[in-house]
Amino acid sequence: MAITTAQSPFRIDPLTGLRIDLTAQALVKTNAVLAVVFLLVGGIAGLLVALTRWPAVHLLPADLFYMALTAHGIVALMVWIIFFEMAVLYFVASTILNCRLAAPKMAWTQVVLMTVGAAITAVAILQGDSSVMMTSYVPMNAAPHFYLGLILFAVGALIGCGVFWGTLVIAAEEKTYEGSLPLTVYGCMIATVIAVFTIASGAIILIPTFLWSLGLIKTIDPMMYRVIWWAFGHSSQQINVTAHITIWYTVAGLAFGAKPMSEKVSRTAFLLYILFLQLGSVHHLLSDPGLSSAWKIFNTSYMMYLAVLASLIHGLTVPGSIEVAQRRSGLNNGLFEWLRKCPWGNPVFACTILSIIIFGFIGGITGVVMSVEQVNMIIHNTIYVPGHFHGTVAGGTTLAFMGLTYYLIPVLFQRQLIMKPLAALQPWLFGIGISIFAVALMGAGTLGVPRRHWDITFAGQALGFEWPGMAQMMMAIGEIGGVLSVVGGALFCVIVVGSILAGEPVPANAKNIVAPPADAGGHKEIGMGGFEAPGTFVLALVLMATLILYYFVNFKYLSTIWTLT
Amino acid sequence: MGYSFTAPAKNWATEPIERTEILWITIAGLWCLFMFGWMIAWHWIGNQNMSNEAYKTSTEAYAKKTEDFTAKYTVRQDASDPSLPVVAPPPGSDVYLAASRWQWRPVVELQKGKTYRIHISSLDWAHGFSLQPENINFQAYPGYEQVVTMTPNKSGTFGIVCNEYCGIGHHAMLGRIYVKE
Repeated sequence: MAITTAQSPFRIDPLTGLRIDLTAQALVKTNAVLAVVFLLVGGIAGLLVALTRWPAVHLLPADLFYMALTAHGIVALMVWIIFFEMAVLYFVASTILNCRLAAPKMAWTQVVLMTVGAAITAVAILQGDSSVMMTSYVPMNAAPHFYLGLILFAVGALIGCGVFWGTLVIAAEEKTYEGSLPLTVYGCMIATVIAVFTIASGAIILIPTFLWSLGLIKTIDPMMYRVIWWAFGHSSQQINVTAHITIWYTVAGLAFGAKPMSEKVSRTAFLLYILFLQLGSVHHLLSDPGLSSAWKIFNTSYMMYLAVLASLIHGLTVPGSIEVAQRRSGLNNGLFEWLRKCPWGNPVFACTILSIIIFGFIGGITGVVMSVEQVNMIIHNTIYVPGHFHGTVAGGTTLAFMGLTYYLIPVLFQRQLIMKPLAALQPWLFGIGISIFAVALMGAGTLGVPRRHWDITFAGQALGFEWPGMAQMMMAIGEIGGVLSVVGGALFCVIVVGSILAGEPVPANAKNIVAPPADAGGHKEIGMGGFEAPGTFVLALVLMATLILYYFVNFKYLSTIWTLT
Repeated sequence: MGYSFTAPAKNWATEPIERTEILWITIAGLWCLFMFGWMIAWHWIGNQNMSNEAYKTSTEAYAKKTEDFTAKYTVRQDASDPSLPVVAPPPGSDVYLAASRWQWRPVVELQKGKTYRIHISSLDWAHGFSLQPENINFQAYPGYEQVVTMTPNKSGTFGIVCNEYCGIGHHAMLGRIYVKE
């Protein structure tokens, strides 16, 4: 393979000491800014949805509600997140590996294709004849350009993954790093492998659906559509999980000088994601006809829960690595001194720790329980499902991305954050808002309230019935939490855009990276009882106890319903 | 030394794993194995499992079955909406429920403690079968006929809500099952 060794212009960032390729920097900035713009759009759509499902407000008429819900799903779940992931991939491949970015023209093609694709789909939705939800289950049909936009967007993302891989090849050829890939790069690489599988699945189902919408293909089997669509839809969330966990590890390094407790354990856990995470696509198919229990159990459990095991490992090792770094730098008293003395007012840290907690306790625990073949029958397609995935995607992924954004603004734009007190508050506003939203909606879903539903009062319907008062109250509380999280999201957008446009320049001698604490030698000089991270271990046991309790609570509930055989 | 974002030590693959991680991986791994076993075991020890019985069909054939079923066992018109027949099939029989935009039909009356083979399918788009307040949820497609064997353990009036989005009338899509003592 011919690899040019032409020098690319770069600068040494004073804050971090990192060598930043200027072409990569422009691409990272562009992708990140586009991401934040789409987050704003997705947030506005989300606000309209929340204000409609809040029973006392019930803002939009039915047609606009379903339109806003379609827009919210696509823009917030796909467009914002994947644009940001492109920024992360380019930053990590070039800056972390100290390398120039491969094929910048292809990278700009990625930006154009994804922007044009997202715009085309957005237009289709706003035209009103494509209110088919993000999932667009056939035989319900959208306008052809609804699918076309998604296809272009996906092709753009695929090109982005190619640029990332090309950069890894250049870095290896030009020996810009020594030994194995840093964990941050390794995690991103895992994410791109999952992304290629995801995008291939998306192409396999969306291209025929596009041709079907044009009348060139006669029918698409609705069951086959769901099976393949979810290989795309669910796997795209697995990219997000892999990306945000990589960011957790990275922020632990940047903010505490932490390194993984064990490279071997963390890398093996990431590898389990490649092998097993995509099997989880079947979570969406557990109530479907024609699939055997053996097939469902094998897949829904990610082959004996090996991907869950991987997530439980990351859930311990990331805070564990922070604990070890804190203890090494002297905060070695008691179980939780290291945690108390974390920089809670620093939005980078606050976003990250809230992301870890919300993803673990809300998104993670509920995800494991609801994907049990039988428990799924009392959860499938209720509003429990959006409750769950707002815990993973908004509370987990979006918060982690917000944290990294706060870190990168001074690095990439060389500006300080504006409104620092509000920036310190913002993660809590968003995190607490989305937690209330997720938990309350899961409560309402447990009582049967359906998702994607405009009017749970069934006004004017002869066969209508009334939901328990508790279900209605949960919907109100949940949507108030939703509004709170939108306020938090809007504040994030204001701070980001304001800082880029009007932030103070970064002072000349400022540093934004914490040196690794000195290893005083020997493993047993920190911690308690032979444990280097006893505090994290106790917190992990709390998570495990919560998971076990919640698991059996759901089986108890399941055992009271009609007998089904 | 080093960070999460710098290249690891050369011996990273052979470095010993610290006690915190070893113990946690053991605990988490055991729980994962338990969950896997429990999900399988519930097929024998639990009373709530899917039969996974399903057939390929056509919307015309399924519509015909539902019509015949309705004609055969209609016992009265519904009190809430006199245009709707209420169908009371004998225990142990096949019950055909058809989803279409935007209704679940027919209204059926079952007996508590008796077992029925409930067939679920759609005559047009994808729909959701969500029995409330029991909160039992299944997916309905055109061309696929799913059979779930149900034994009501409570009496009363149960609503069927569509919880798979199916267009502008989705929120008006309802059905009903009566269960008498």
